[in-house]
Amino acid sequence: MIYQIIWVLALLVVGYIIGTYLERKHYRSILKREEALRSLPVVASKYLPEDGVSYQQTLVMGNVTISVDYFKRFLATLHNFFGGRVTSYESLLDRARREAMLRMKSQAASQQASLVLNVKYETASIYKGSGSNIGSVEVLAYGTALIPKST
Amino acid sequence: MLISNLEIIPDRKVVKHLGLVQGSSVRAKHVGRDIMASLKNILGGELVGYTELLSESREEAMDRLKAQAESIGANAILNVRFSTSSVAQGAAEIYVYGTAVVLE
Repeated sequence: MIYQIIWVLALLVVGYIIGTYLERKHYRSILKREEALRSLPVVASKYLPEDGVSYQQTLVMGNVTISVDYFKRFLATLHNFFGGRVTSYESLLDRARREAMLRMKSQAASQQASLVLNVKYETASIYKGSGSNIGSVEVLAYGTALIPKST
Repeated sequence: MLISNLEIIPDRKVVKHLGLVQGSSVRAKHVGRDIMASLKNILGGELVGYTELLSESREEAMDRLKAQAESIGANAILNVRFSTSSVAQGAAEIYVYGTAVVLE
Protein backbone atom coordinates (compact mmCIF):
# COMPACT_ATOMS: atom_id res chain seq x y z
CA MET A 1 0.00 0.00 0.00
CA ILE A 2 2.68 2.48 1.05
CA TYR A 3 4.77 1.47 -1.98
CA GLN A 4 1.86 2.18 -4.27
CA ILE A 5 1.49 5.68 -2.87
CA ILE A 6 5.23 6.28 -3.26
CA TRP A 7 5.07 4.98 -6.84
CA VAL A 8 2.19 7.31 -7.75
CA LEU A 9 3.94 10.27 -6.11
CA ALA A 10 7.14 9.47 -7.98
CA LEU A 11 5.23 9.32 -11.28
CA LEU A 12 3.59 12.66 -10.46
CA VAL A 13 6.92 14.32 -9.72
CA VAL A 14 8.65 12.84 -12.78
CA GLY A 15 5.65 13.69 -14.97
CA TYR A 16 5.57 17.25 -13.66
CA ILE A 17 9.29 17.96 -14.10
CA ILE A 18 9.81 16.32 -17.49
CA GLY A 19 6.35 17.21 -18.80
CA THR A 20 6.79 20.90 -17.98
CA TYR A 21 10.25 20.92 -19.52
CA LEU A 22 9.03 19.24 -22.73
CA GLU A 23 6.05 21.57 -23.00
CA ARG A 24 8.19 24.69 -22.63
CA LYS A 25 10.63 23.34 -25.20
CA HIS A 26 7.77 22.60 -27.59
CA TYR A 27 6.27 26.09 -27.17
CA ARG A 28 9.65 27.70 -27.84
CA SER A 29 10.01 25.67 -31.01
CA ILE A 30 6.42 26.47 -32.08
CA LEU A 31 6.96 30.21 -31.61
CA LYS A 32 10.21 30.12 -33.54
CA ARG A 33 8.76 28.22 -36.50
CA GLU A 34 5.57 30.33 -36.53
CA GLU A 35 7.76 33.42 -36.87
CA ALA A 36 9.63 31.84 -39.78
CA LEU A 37 6.47 30.82 -41.64
CA ARG A 38 4.49 34.01 -40.99
CA SER A 39 4.88 35.23 -44.57
CA LEU A 40 2.74 32.34 -45.90
CA PRO A 41 -0.95 33.22 -45.44
CA VAL A 42 -3.40 30.49 -44.46
CA VAL A 43 -7.07 31.22 -45.16
CA ALA A 44 -10.31 29.40 -44.45
CA SER A 45 -11.94 30.84 -47.58
CA LYS A 46 -12.90 28.61 -50.50
CA TYR A 47 -12.51 31.23 -53.17
CA LEU A 48 -9.37 31.95 -55.09
CA PRO A 49 -7.87 35.44 -55.01
CA GLU A 50 -8.78 37.46 -58.09
CA ASP A 51 -5.31 38.77 -58.77
CA GLY A 52 -4.91 37.50 -62.31
CA VAL A 53 -2.14 35.08 -61.39
CA SER A 54 -2.69 31.50 -62.51
CA TYR A 55 -2.10 28.93 -59.83
CA GLN A 56 -1.40 25.25 -59.69
CA GLN A 57 -3.03 23.62 -56.70
CA THR A 58 -2.18 20.69 -54.49
CA LEU A 59 -3.45 19.19 -51.25
CA VAL A 60 -1.18 19.72 -48.25
CA MET A 61 -1.58 18.31 -44.76
CA GLY A 62 0.16 18.02 -41.44
CA ASN A 63 -0.63 15.76 -38.51
CA VAL A 64 0.62 15.30 -34.97
CA THR A 65 -0.23 13.13 -31.97
CA ILE A 66 0.48 14.58 -28.54
CA SER A 67 -0.02 13.15 -25.08
CA VAL A 68 -0.32 14.89 -21.72
CA ASP A 69 1.95 13.92 -18.84
CA TYR A 70 0.92 12.01 -15.74
CA PHE A 71 0.72 15.09 -13.53
CA LYS A 72 -1.60 16.95 -15.90
CA ARG A 73 -3.82 13.91 -16.26
CA PHE A 74 -4.07 13.81 -12.48
CA LEU A 75 -5.03 17.50 -12.46
CA ALA A 76 -7.65 16.84 -15.14
CA THR A 77 -9.18 14.11 -13.00
CA LEU A 78 -9.49 16.62 -10.17
CA HIS A 79 -11.05 19.14 -12.55
CA ASN A 80 -13.51 16.49 -13.63
CA PHE A 81 -14.60 16.22 -10.03
CA PHE A 82 -14.84 19.90 -9.19
CA GLY A 83 -15.70 21.32 -12.59
CA GLY A 84 -14.26 24.41 -14.22
CA ARG A 85 -11.67 24.99 -16.89
CA VAL A 86 -9.51 21.98 -17.58
CA THR A 87 -6.38 24.02 -18.28
CA SER A 88 -4.13 21.00 -18.66
CA TYR A 89 -6.06 19.80 -21.70
CA GLU A 90 -6.37 23.32 -23.12
CA SER A 91 -2.63 23.57 -23.56
CA LEU A 92 -2.48 20.05 -25.01
CA LEU A 93 -5.00 20.90 -27.74
CA ASP A 94 -3.41 24.28 -28.38
CA ARG A 95 -0.01 22.68 -28.90
CA ALA A 96 -1.40 19.94 -31.13
CA ARG A 97 -3.33 22.35 -33.37
CA ARG A 98 -0.45 24.78 -33.76
CA GLU A 99 2.00 21.97 -34.46
CA ALA A 100 -0.27 20.40 -37.11
CA MET A 101 -0.76 23.81 -38.73
CA LEU A 102 3.01 24.39 -38.77
CA ARG A 103 3.66 21.02 -40.42
CA MET A 104 1.06 21.78 -43.05
CA LYS A 105 2.56 25.20 -43.66
CA SER A 106 6.08 23.87 -43.96
CA GLN A 107 4.89 21.27 -46.48
CA ALA A 108 3.26 24.08 -48.47
CA ALA A 109 6.34 26.28 -48.16
CA SER A 110 8.61 23.51 -49.42
CA GLN A 111 6.56 23.45 -52.63
CA GLN A 112 6.89 27.26 -53.04
CA ALA A 113 3.20 27.87 -52.40
CA SER A 114 2.10 31.47 -51.92
CA LEU A 115 -1.22 30.82 -50.19
CA VAL A 116 -3.11 27.98 -48.50
CA LEU A 117 -6.89 27.97 -48.99
CA ASN A 118 -9.83 26.21 -47.33
CA VAL A 119 -7.97 25.00 -44.24
CA LYS A 120 -9.79 22.46 -42.11
CA TYR A 121 -8.91 20.83 -38.81
CA GLU A 122 -9.75 17.29 -37.84
CA THR A 123 -9.30 16.08 -34.26
CA ALA A 124 -9.42 12.52 -32.97
CA SER A 125 -8.77 11.19 -29.52
CA ILE A 126 -6.92 7.93 -29.98
CA TYR A 127 -7.76 6.29 -26.70
CA LYS A 128 -11.47 6.85 -27.15
CA GLY A 129 -13.44 3.70 -26.42
CA SER A 130 -10.67 2.07 -24.40
CA GLY A 131 -12.20 3.17 -21.10
CA SER A 132 -9.20 5.17 -19.92
CA ASN A 133 -8.77 8.94 -19.94
CA ILE A 134 -8.52 10.96 -23.13
CA GLY A 135 -4.80 11.49 -22.64
CA SER A 136 -3.69 11.89 -26.21
CA VAL A 137 -5.12 13.55 -29.28
CA GLU A 138 -4.34 13.47 -32.94
CA VAL A 139 -4.84 16.64 -34.95
CA LEU A 140 -4.76 16.85 -38.73
CA ALA A 141 -4.71 20.15 -40.58
CA TYR A 142 -5.26 20.16 -44.32
CA GLY A 143 -5.84 22.62 -47.08
CA THR A 144 -5.20 23.46 -50.71
CA ALA A 145 -1.85 25.07 -51.43
CA LEU A 146 -1.73 27.48 -54.36
CA ILE A 147 1.54 27.49 -56.25
CA PRO A 148 1.98 30.35 -58.75
CA LYS A 149 2.70 29.02 -62.24
CA SER A 150 6.09 30.18 -63.46
CA THR A 151 5.04 30.97 -67.01
CA MET B 1 -5.17 12.76 -60.72
CA LEU B 2 -5.91 16.14 -59.21
CA ILE B 3 -7.00 16.04 -55.57
CA SER B 4 -8.24 19.23 -54.00
CA ASN B 5 -10.42 20.29 -51.12
CA LEU B 6 -11.77 23.25 -53.06
CA GLU B 7 -15.03 22.98 -54.96
CA ILE B 8 -13.91 24.79 -58.08
CA ILE B 9 -10.76 24.62 -60.14
CA PRO B 10 -9.78 27.88 -61.82
CA ASP B 11 -9.84 27.96 -65.62
CA ARG B 12 -11.16 24.40 -65.87
CA LYS B 13 -14.73 23.28 -66.32
CA VAL B 14 -16.33 20.19 -64.84
CA VAL B 15 -17.74 18.27 -67.80
CA LYS B 16 -19.06 15.25 -65.94
CA HIS B 17 -20.00 14.59 -62.34
CA LEU B 18 -19.43 11.00 -61.19
CA GLY B 19 -20.59 11.10 -57.58
CA LEU B 20 -18.94 10.37 -54.27
CA VAL B 21 -15.78 8.27 -54.04
CA GLN B 22 -14.22 7.11 -50.81
CA GLY B 23 -11.26 5.33 -49.33
CA SER B 24 -10.72 4.02 -45.84
CA SER B 25 -8.01 2.25 -43.91
CA VAL B 26 -7.94 0.73 -40.44
CA ARG B 27 -4.55 0.32 -38.80
CA ALA B 28 -3.39 -0.96 -35.46
CA LYS B 29 -0.05 -0.13 -33.91
CA HIS B 30 2.47 -2.78 -32.94
CA VAL B 31 3.53 -3.59 -29.40
CA GLY B 32 6.83 -1.68 -29.49
CA ARG B 33 5.01 1.52 -30.31
CA ASP B 34 2.50 0.84 -27.59
CA ILE B 35 5.23 0.52 -24.95
CA MET B 36 6.81 3.80 -26.09
CA ALA B 37 3.37 5.39 -26.07
CA SER B 38 2.68 4.37 -22.48
CA LEU B 39 6.03 5.84 -21.46
CA LYS B 40 5.13 9.07 -23.27
CA ASN B 41 1.78 9.02 -21.48
CA ILE B 42 3.70 9.58 -18.24
CA LEU B 43 6.18 12.13 -19.55
CA GLY B 44 3.99 13.90 -22.08
CA GLY B 45 5.06 14.97 -25.53
CA GLU B 46 4.64 13.81 -29.08
CA LEU B 47 3.81 10.16 -29.79
CA VAL B 48 5.95 9.85 -32.92
CA GLY B 49 4.86 6.26 -33.57
CA TYR B 50 1.21 7.23 -33.67
CA THR B 51 1.88 10.23 -35.89
CA GLU B 52 3.63 7.96 -38.40
CA LEU B 53 0.97 5.28 -38.13
CA LEU B 54 -1.83 7.72 -38.86
CA SER B 55 -0.05 9.45 -41.72
CA GLU B 56 0.75 6.05 -43.29
CA SER B 57 -2.84 4.94 -43.07
CA ARG B 58 -3.96 8.30 -44.46
CA GLU B 59 -1.69 7.71 -47.46
CA GLU B 60 -3.24 4.30 -47.95
CA ALA B 61 -6.78 5.65 -47.71
CA MET B 62 -5.91 8.27 -50.31
CA ASP B 63 -4.47 5.60 -52.61
CA ARG B 64 -7.75 3.71 -52.37
CA LEU B 65 -9.68 6.90 -53.03
CA LYS B 66 -7.58 7.50 -56.15
CA ALA B 67 -7.96 3.90 -57.33
CA GLN B 68 -11.73 4.10 -57.01
CA ALA B 69 -11.89 7.40 -58.85
CA GLU B 70 -9.66 6.06 -61.64
CA SER B 71 -11.79 2.95 -62.04
CA ILE B 72 -14.86 5.04 -62.82
CA GLY B 73 -12.96 7.24 -65.23
CA ALA B 74 -12.52 10.44 -63.24
CA ASN B 75 -9.51 12.68 -63.63
CA ALA B 76 -9.99 14.81 -60.53
CA ILE B 77 -11.43 14.56 -57.02
CA LEU B 78 -12.85 17.76 -55.59
CA ASN B 79 -14.02 18.80 -52.14
CA VAL B 80 -11.99 16.13 -50.35
CA ARG B 81 -12.61 15.67 -46.60
CA PHE B 82 -10.80 13.62 -43.98
CA SER B 83 -12.42 11.90 -41.05
CA THR B 84 -10.97 9.83 -38.21
CA SER B 85 -12.59 7.43 -35.80
CA SER B 86 -11.21 4.87 -33.40
CA VAL B 87 -12.92 1.52 -33.77
CA ALA B 88 -11.07 -0.38 -31.06
CA GLN B 89 -8.32 0.25 -28.57
CA GLY B 90 -5.13 1.09 -30.42
CA ALA B 91 -6.69 0.93 -33.87
CA ALA B 92 -7.80 3.94 -35.85
CA GLU B 93 -9.92 4.25 -38.94
CA ILE B 94 -9.05 6.90 -41.47
CA TYR B 95 -11.74 7.80 -43.95
CA VAL B 96 -11.30 10.04 -46.99
CA TYR B 97 -14.11 11.04 -49.32
CA GLY B 98 -14.66 13.43 -52.15
CA THR B 99 -16.52 14.08 -55.38
CA ALA B 100 -15.14 12.43 -58.50
CA VAL B 101 -15.41 14.58 -61.60
CA VAL B 102 -14.13 14.74 -65.14
CA LEU B 103 -12.42 18.02 -65.93
CA GLU B 104 -11.99 19.15 -69.50
